[in-house]
Amino acid sequence: MVTQIHPLIKPANDLTREPLLRVEDLKAYFFMDEGIVRAVDGVSFDVMPGKVVGIVGESGCGKSVTMKAILQILEAGAKIVNGKVTLRSRIHHGDPNSAEELIELTHLHPNSRQMRRIRGAEIALIPQEPMAAFSPVHTVGNQIMETILLHQDVSKKEARQIAIDVFRAVGISMPEQRIDSYSWQLSGGLRQRAIIAMALSCNPRLLIADEPTTAIDVTTQAQILKLLRKLQEERQTSIIFITHDLGVIAQMADEVVVMYLGMVMEKGSAMKIFKDAQHPYTQALLRSIPSVQSHPRVKLPTIAGSIAHPFNRPKGCPFHPRCTHFMRGVCDASQPHLVEVDEDHFVSCFLYSEADGTKKMTKTGAALAKEESL
Amino acid sequence: MSDGMQPLEPKAGAATKSPLLEVRHLKKYFPIYKGVLRKLVNQVRAVDDVSLFVREGETLGLVGESGCGKTTVSRCILRAIDPTSGEILFREADGRVTDLAALDRREMRRFRPQMQMIFQDPFGSLNPRMTIFEIVSEPLYVNGMRSKTEREDHVAELLRLVGLRTEYMARYPHAFSGGQRQRIGIARALALNPRLVVADEPVSALDVSVQAQVLNLMLDLQQKLNLTYLFVAHDLSVVKHISDRVCVMYVGKLVEMATTEELFQAPRHPYTAALMMAVPRPDPSSRDIIQDLPGEVASPANPPSGCYFHPRCQFATEVCRTQTPELREITPDHFVSCHRAEELHLAGIKVNQETQI
Repeated sequence: MVTQIHPLIKPANDLTREPLLRVEDLKAYFFMDEGIVRAVDGVSFDVMPGKVVGIVGESGCGKSVTMKAILQILEAGAKIVNGKVTLRSRIHHGDPNSAEELIELTHLHPNSRQMRRIRGAEIALIPQEPMAAFSPVHTVGNQIMETILLHQDVSKKEARQIAIDVFRAVGISMPEQRIDSYSWQLSGGLRQRAIIAMALSCNPRLLIADEPTTAIDVTTQAQILKLLRKLQEERQTSIIFITHDLGVIAQMADEVVVMYLGMVMEKGSAMKIFKDAQHPYTQALLRSIPSVQSHPRVKLPTIAGSIAHPFNRPKGCPFHPRCTHFMRGVCDASQPHLVEVDEDHFVSCFLYSEADGTKKMTKTGAALAKEESL
Repeated sequence: MSDGMQPLEPKAGAATKSPLLEVRHLKKYFPIYKGVLRKLVNQVRAVDDVSLFVREGETLGLVGESGCGKTTVSRCILRAIDPTSGEILFREADGRVTDLAALDRREMRRFRPQMQMIFQDPFGSLNPRMTIFEIVSEPLYVNGMRSKTEREDHVAELLRLVGLRTEYMARYPHAFSGGQRQRIGIARALALNPRLVVADEPVSALDVSVQAQVLNLMLDLQQKLNLTYLFVAHDLSVVKHISDRVCVMYVGKLVEMATTEELFQAPRHPYTAALMMAVPRPDPSSRDIIQDLPGEVASPANPPSGCYFHPRCQFATEVCRTQTPELREITPDHFVSCHRAEELHLAGIKVNQETQI
């Protein structure tokens, strides 16, 4: 790894068209006694200011590890082995008019002062389980004030006022009273709102929401999604939205990154992904989900097999054992790279020519097998 | 309340098949004790006067948010827990109808093979120290099939039925993926040729790409074996996909029961309509449809007065605050418990023709 610690400081006007966060070829592996798990294996995407990027994938696809690698909060045993994460950070955290600098997060030590100042102030996290995220022995107000006091130069009294204000902003009624309650006294929906309030308390420019609505009911989920969208529009916060729920992604995201076993299969605008998916995995996934808009009791097209165990990940394209377009000697030999098939629409699949992104006229696995049997 | 209410037999014309199971005025209250003397201070009305029926060969979906009592209903039906009051009428193959709620443990044994359960968690519901053969053949052994070769043949047949290779019999559950484990759970549930299968969230722990496989398997098996399903789930799209008819529960009460198409296209209860609007759809071009329901789910320990839904209902009037609505049949086979069901025009979900294959 390069030992350059001090980032290059550029004047603000040079950066306005730059992405807020750029992830390039990020690889994070788990080194375990049983072997190496390549949890994130070459992930790249940009988060533009004020946009919502949805990362969607099934269990084991590396969506949460990507998030942890960005924040450098990986578990012991896991390491970033390659890649660059560049953040366009404000020099004075929390100040909207502050000058900006580019910081390579991957060059910072996870425990360094600078990294700790970025977590919470520039990038905040909305975790999945609000019950587990709050301490049960401190009031939620005290926990939010702790964040504010760490990152902002304010008195305790002012911090309390800020906490009450963000409580009000996320739609918690009677914020003056609720701030002194414990997390277990709040209902699921209120607890999730309190967590969002905590994440927003230092005016971060990037929120990472890791399955923020998975643990709550649909009617509460609709409230939380609406709230997140409202806050995002008002504050122009960028959000990385991680979920396995395609419905939630369709409702929230501007850009979508589809992941499978640590790799990006397809990325593009939400419209392109949902209306004009190009990767066989995305297409199959979209076909296989039951929808409230489809006819009842009609058989769904399925994806054969199941997700491979991380220790014996298939060679080549990780999806090839389940893919209906599998090409022997191609898909199982080497890993495909992301190719641009349309404007800002990338697919990692051998069906598309690496030179110009056009679809190759290739025979599918089924056709090949048929030919062989003749 | 109970003497004035009509039994829930469907009106003539709507009924195609007779009910296999009928639940009448089922209640299950869990006591809350406090203090050293364990004084009874309150009760959680987990299931509060639920009446429903399941016809032979159909799938009845039971849907609701967490804490609405849907799992408690399914457990009471199986007599895994004892109901506080109410009747659970089960019709046997020869036409005899028995009230399961009144039976004791010994008398229940005759009915147990006829009703089986598929569990939610494919990891927690299989004993890690038992092989697949032992897991699937245990109900056979318990019910008198003592010959090992006979059991082996039977288990092999069951595994083939659920789409697993018979060589897997000697393996332990850890060797299987979530979807395969759920197939093992289904094989075990089918071992005794049950007539009623209660599936409590059978796909919610599975990955999206595997859910469809298990749902398709359940549809296939239903056709092959003429099974009757009570399908409990919180996910409306999954329930819509598998059910012939759907029941919606809210805070221990049944708010609506109708055929799947009618319920989704023309809901008559404001809660059902709100629930459907809240489901995020996988379509970025219809983003403004999300409508949220204000407030929070009421606590079943202190439910509101009148209709339990009235504090969140935009159509609530004075009568809703004071009187508890009863479940009534407003059109054939469409049951609603809402005072204003006739006057309200609620939006449902249109079937998207594009999604048809």
